[in-house]
Amino acid sequence: MNALIPSVGLTLSPNGAQNAAMPANISHFTLANGMEVVLIEDHRAPVVTHMVWYKNGSAEDLPLKSGIAHFLEHLMFKGTKNHAKGKFSEMVAELGGQENAFTSNDYTAYFQRVARDHLRVVMDYEADRMINLVLDDATVDPEREVVMEERRMRTDNDPAAQLQEAVQAALFTQHPYGRPVIGWGHEIETLNRHDAIAYYERFYTPENAILVVAGDIGHEELTRLANETYGKIPARGAKPERLRPQEPPARAHRLVSLSDEKVEQPSLQALYLVPSVSTAKPGEAEALEVLSHMLGGGPTSILYKGLVLDQKIAVAAGAYYMGTAVDDTRFYVFAIPNDGVTLEALDAAVEKILEAVRTTPVDAGDLVRAKTRLVADTIYAQDSQASLARWFGAALATGMSVGDIASWPQRVQGVQAEDVQKAAEYLQKQRAVTGYLMPKEP
Amino acid sequence: MNDLKIAVPASSRAEKVQKVIAPCGVEAWLVEDYAVPIVALDLAFGGGSSQDPPGKGGATTMLSALLDEGAGDLDGEAFHRALDDDAIELSFSANRDIVSGHMRTLAAHVGQAFHMLGLAVQAPRLDADSVERVRAQLLAGLKRETNDPDSLAARTFRAIAFPNHPYGLPGRGDLTTVAHVTRADLVALHGSIFARDNVKIAVVGAIDAKTLEGLLETCFGPLPAQNSITRPTMATLQGVGTRQVVDLDLSQSTLRFGRPGISRKDPDFMAAVVANHILGGGVFSARLFLEVREKRGLAYTVYSQLASFDHADILMGATSTKNERALESLEVIQAEIRAMGRDGPSLAEVEKARKYLVGSYALRFDTSTKIAGQLVGLQLEGYDVSYLDNRNRLIESVSLEDAIRASERLFGNGELLVVAAGRPVGMA
Repeated sequence: MNALIPSVGLTLSPNGAQNAAMPANISHFTLANGMEVVLIEDHRAPVVTHMVWYKNGSAEDLPLKSGIAHFLEHLMFKGTKNHAKGKFSEMVAELGGQENAFTSNDYTAYFQRVARDHLRVVMDYEADRMINLVLDDATVDPEREVVMEERRMRTDNDPAAQLQEAVQAALFTQHPYGRPVIGWGHEIETLNRHDAIAYYERFYTPENAILVVAGDIGHEELTRLANETYGKIPARGAKPERLRPQEPPARAHRLVSLSDEKVEQPSLQALYLVPSVSTAKPGEAEALEVLSHMLGGGPTSILYKGLVLDQKIAVAAGAYYMGTAVDDTRFYVFAIPNDGVTLEALDAAVEKILEAVRTTPVDAGDLVRAKTRLVADTIYAQDSQASLARWFGAALATGMSVGDIASWPQRVQGVQAEDVQKAAEYLQKQRAVTGYLMPKEP
Repeated sequence: MNDLKIAVPASSRAEKVQKVIAPCGVEAWLVEDYAVPIVALDLAFGGGSSQDPPGKGGATTMLSALLDEGAGDLDGEAFHRALDDDAIELSFSANRDIVSGHMRTLAAHVGQAFHMLGLAVQAPRLDADSVERVRAQLLAGLKRETNDPDSLAARTFRAIAFPNHPYGLPGRGDLTTVAHVTRADLVALHGSIFARDNVKIAVVGAIDAKTLEGLLETCFGPLPAQNSITRPTMATLQGVGTRQVVDLDLSQSTLRFGRPGISRKDPDFMAAVVANHILGGGVFSARLFLEVREKRGLAYTVYSQLASFDHADILMGATSTKNERALESLEVIQAEIRAMGRDGPSLAEVEKARKYLVGSYALRFDTSTKIAGQLVGLQLEGYDVSYLDNRNRLIESVSLEDAIRASERLFGNGELLVVAAGRPVGMA
């Protein structure tokens, strides 16, 4: 039911360990050049997931150059001093592997999934493109068109996505989270080879990278492979700093509305600026996570029960906490009205429910159910090496430690009713951006 | 890498599968694995939206969405609460051919999970307020995609490809047909689809065969022995040579294209899989990817795939390009398809495709949920467990000759049914 919210990552809730000690199947170390390494052993199938995460995302895009982190991600597939364009991808395909890459606000990551015997060769290639990327205009120019088509497909074709961009821009008046990851169209059009190389040289360094390997390989073997591949890359010195203007306290309510003739189904969303797992005071992020589940994590949640089941004014309702972020982040609430219900009426009903959550103790049964679910998620997660690799990568790239990850289930269990009620204080209308998606008036 | 032996799995996948048959005759394929304390189940009942009564499009989808909205003595809210109390995941959905179900539970709650699954398939309540709630949700979903270019192109494509056949109708219905579905329609559909002779099941995780046998019996034993679904006639994709534009005020056009495909039962099927992979498979080295995206920057996505439905086989592909260059995209795609039909692939391409298809098969089996899905898929397609080990040998045995022959059959003269949603310049 989070369909209204494009491209939000999963909030961290990895590894099912019930205590804060490092789980036996996880190891974590740093190479001499500063590159961090995490291994998640999973020997059920003879495959590995190999990922390299760079601690830079769209929030590091320079002024006038929005979209450069994402554009460079595309260009990283264009060949190096040692391997012609397309060679790496061709090799991965021949090995029966899968590959891709993704960019978010805070990080950029590249991955391959291959049979365990082929891990070394993808490490060789990935290490090579950390330092040897070669770009020319004949390659860069068509790729810029590809990104423009990607933007048209994701955003220009979809009024809901356009509203989403405007809502983010309204929530973050200073902070670069207000810019779309893919960039603004008029700025993407100006990005060139020099921009890409300058960005690459600044951020693609061993000190700024995290290697995450999940799958059928042991600690000793991975240590050796990592030293023989990434370990050969010379250290660059200090790691690049994230210099981001921070958001001032939110004090005004903002209503952003979009009417479009292509919209047939109206919808409502509200965004609140809240601390992330990385910026929160102890216990606060855990409480926000529990709150988001209690408020809007499915058909037994408070919003669904209130708006869909009891008042019958919405067909769907939910909430989501985007906790995995370097800086203060978003808490989303959304609802889709039933026929004949105005967005204003729905908005008022949401407000009333949030008011109740802020002022009355939450139901003990609801609290237990939310925690049960969050802890179970950490056990379900162990079934997928690819998901675990993603969670560890995202967590470490946004400033968490492996210990933080391991202790997460225990910390969620410790959340009390009053913590949840206190976390709900963040969900005040005068701090919020409300988004209305509406049909065009005839 | 040319050594064929490399592709034979070190251990047999088929040997890990146990066939568990309950006294009621219902069978499940089980992979017992205790590495993670969870159990995943996948199931499919034959007869999806192709069972929608005339004028009631979306009925089967609606029924699927209602199975977990109250069953037995639990109303919708109580049912969901019972699931959440134990963090049990249970959901159902429908496509053209099947109603599928997915369940995941912690091993500690496996008994309760099967109890809930049993209630949902045996005794969905279909209470009036749940029916109206789900109807409103489906209608909202349909309204949301009214002007979505992908949905519009897909709907129009199906309508032209399969006139006078259930496959030509939208699986989730439209605003009119969903409004007309009654509780009686849902009850009748439930009665015809949910029978013991009509279900394929796979279970993966921390459970033994004996325990599973007992749970299958209580879960499925009470269902009627025989289904009464109506099987549609076989259909062949129509409209090859047609270009249809759906006008939508957007700067980009979304194209969907297709031709008749090749049946899984056809001796050339594996060769066709290889041929399609070379044309438009999901790798960055496929011909369409290289020609449309890499060389010309015409699109972010471009692909082709073989789709095998119970009653039709098609080759289908899609891309999205700005209106000014949409025609160019189509021409590039069509030229590649023509060339494949005329000359077939090269030996190097066939070798690379075989390696990819063989090597990547393991990646379909790395989570319990994925394994369960694969095992139900095989049962639906009529394969035995031996296919798990044979499949890669079948791919490896595809010769250049086979791939050329399959290309000729699959791509022919390159004529396509094309639907474009947007304002593509120069495309009539």
